[in-house]
Amino acid sequence: MANLDDDASFFEADILVIGGGTAGPLAAFKAKAANPALRVVLLEKANVKRSGAIAVGMDGLNNAVVPGFATPEQYVREITIANDGIVYQQAILAYARRSFDMIRELDDWGVKFQKDENGDYDVKKVHHLGTYVLPMPEGGTIKKALYRQLRKAQVLISNRFMATRLLTSWDGRAAGAIAVNSRTAELLVIRAKAVILAAGAAGRLGLPASGYLWGTYENPTNSGDGYAMALHAGAELTNLECFQINPLIKDYNGPACAYVGGPFGAYTANSDGARFIECDYWSGQMMLEFYKELEGGKGPVFLKLDHLAPETVTEVENILHRVERPSRGLFHQGRGADYRKDMVEMHISEIGFCSGHSASGVWVDEHAQTTVPGLYAAGDMASVPHNYMLGAFVNGAIAGEHAAQFVEEVPLADYDQGQVEAERARVTAPLRNETGLPPNQVEYKIRRFVNDYLQPPKVTRKYEIARKRFAEIRADLPRLAARDPHELMRALEVHSILDCAEMAAAASLYRTESRWGLYHYRLDYPETDDRDWFCHVQLTSDGKGGFVLRKRPVDPYVVPVKTTERDAYHRLRIPTPA
Amino acid sequence: MSFAENPSEFPVTIDAEKCIADKGCTVCVDVCPLDVLRINPETGKAHMRYDECWYCLPCALDCPTKAVTVAIPYLLR
Repeated sequence: MANLDDDASFFEADILVIGGGTAGPLAAFKAKAANPALRVVLLEKANVKRSGAIAVGMDGLNNAVVPGFATPEQYVREITIANDGIVYQQAILAYARRSFDMIRELDDWGVKFQKDENGDYDVKKVHHLGTYVLPMPEGGTIKKALYRQLRKAQVLISNRFMATRLLTSWDGRAAGAIAVNSRTAELLVIRAKAVILAAGAAGRLGLPASGYLWGTYENPTNSGDGYAMALHAGAELTNLECFQINPLIKDYNGPACAYVGGPFGAYTANSDGARFIECDYWSGQMMLEFYKELEGGKGPVFLKLDHLAPETVTEVENILHRVERPSRGLFHQGRGADYRKDMVEMHISEIGFCSGHSASGVWVDEHAQTTVPGLYAAGDMASVPHNYMLGAFVNGAIAGEHAAQFVEEVPLADYDQGQVEAERARVTAPLRNETGLPPNQVEYKIRRFVNDYLQPPKVTRKYEIARKRFAEIRADLPRLAARDPHELMRALEVHSILDCAEMAAAASLYRTESRWGLYHYRLDYPETDDRDWFCHVQLTSDGKGGFVLRKRPVDPYVVPVKTTERDAYHRLRIPTPA
Repeated sequence: MSFAENPSEFPVTIDAEKCIADKGCTVCVDVCPLDVLRINPETGKAHMRYDECWYCLPCALDCPTKAVTVAIPYLLR
């Protein structure tokens, strides 16, 4: 075990990228491509070869803006409508304009996309309005392709280092970060001119119905550390009340996945085997209809493939059981379930933060800049809505390129050594505790309360109770005890999880209306109130353990949305014949 | 340290006959996102140390000798 009183190892870089999953590698690669002379460090809690949400690849692009199928403006309009209008369109447009070039670049790197007999991209319609889904039946090797590029560009990679806090200068600029090694507990101080946060979703916020802490929808390494670091560095977070809630295979708790099966003719059905929603694209409105069907007399909800030709089902299986979550096949096999004759029972996931599928996150503009100078965010933790994997790549690229310019104009920022000392004390405390609370128990308790009190539909009184319980657990945190560096990592993740739970509660209570379907469905305020709440909810730290909340007006649209189009996502339910 | 023992079935098992960790291989340990695998210094073979499994399969897919088997964790199975 490392000597806890050692001086931390020290490292200087131009750009520090935190998170080597999806957005992070692109940020690091594009920064180096923009200026090969820069020292770019990529810090990863696991190993860049197999980390993050796409550790085992991805079965398709869900937001491909491919000429001939869609324009950037059509895409911006669709995502605006899908998010009940509360979007910063400039950032969506910045993504959409680079979407196709990113696909072609990935193609050049050896990532395989489905093409038709003419060699054109074979884009499918899954969204309510437009056509944006590009299947990747052979998308399992995407991390290998990224890794090759990182090596070629000579990005400095540090695996098994978990960043725990950002360093900031006296005038509020990003100055670097502190990290701890998950194998040795060695502390590392990295000073950098710019920091790019790409630490993924807050996937360990709610507890899966199985009760297994690690059986989450998200890769459970994504414990919300990025949100916590941004909060404590003074950055603004936005729309955290817009939870991620997804329709998943019950118990397995992974996607079924209707995006893959849909174009082959599979669909979401009720217990009669009947369709009840017109569109399987994940949105808050879709999840609300899903919830109503699940809780009403027509539940459970299923993914239906048993009407398809056996060879079609085999084709779907060849994707679902090989890419993204390949253990889906193992799960069905264990229960003797066969898509050819059995519908797949579906359920609602635990809650989380993830802009990949919803609209929350660390606030970023169209250059991936947060409100802290020199601090960028990209991927699932940044606020560009419905961003998915391709959005993480593009916004990572945007962050990397912008940061490469930024660091040419500024010196390293100074930080107070007291920040390092305070963090050293916090980080090493669980190892110093001879007895105390095991991280898994504290985590279980937080996440059970998240389910009990925060899972929508949201009830004000329940949220108030949750905040009391969270405050009690916060008082327990100094008693967290870790027997080794691995448990120390888990203990520090518990801090992030509690930060996220408290932010989820505060933001939800602040917005006194319902919006985004099930994501922010408040029983005390069941109506959408555009007069008072057509705005973002911004959350920052008050520096004393609490939060400051404020409204941010929605910026004037750069892509107009007709009033007749605005409610399209509210008309997903198939009308029942009279 | 006074933690109670709380038994659980390990989702990841490793065939010691096939495992070549004693020859310097650390692939499964390296690729696990949750970092739950270790090499047992006594046997020189890989094993699961922490029951924190996302059943994501890189350990099994990347093992050069196909020594790793992943089961869906019992609570989900």
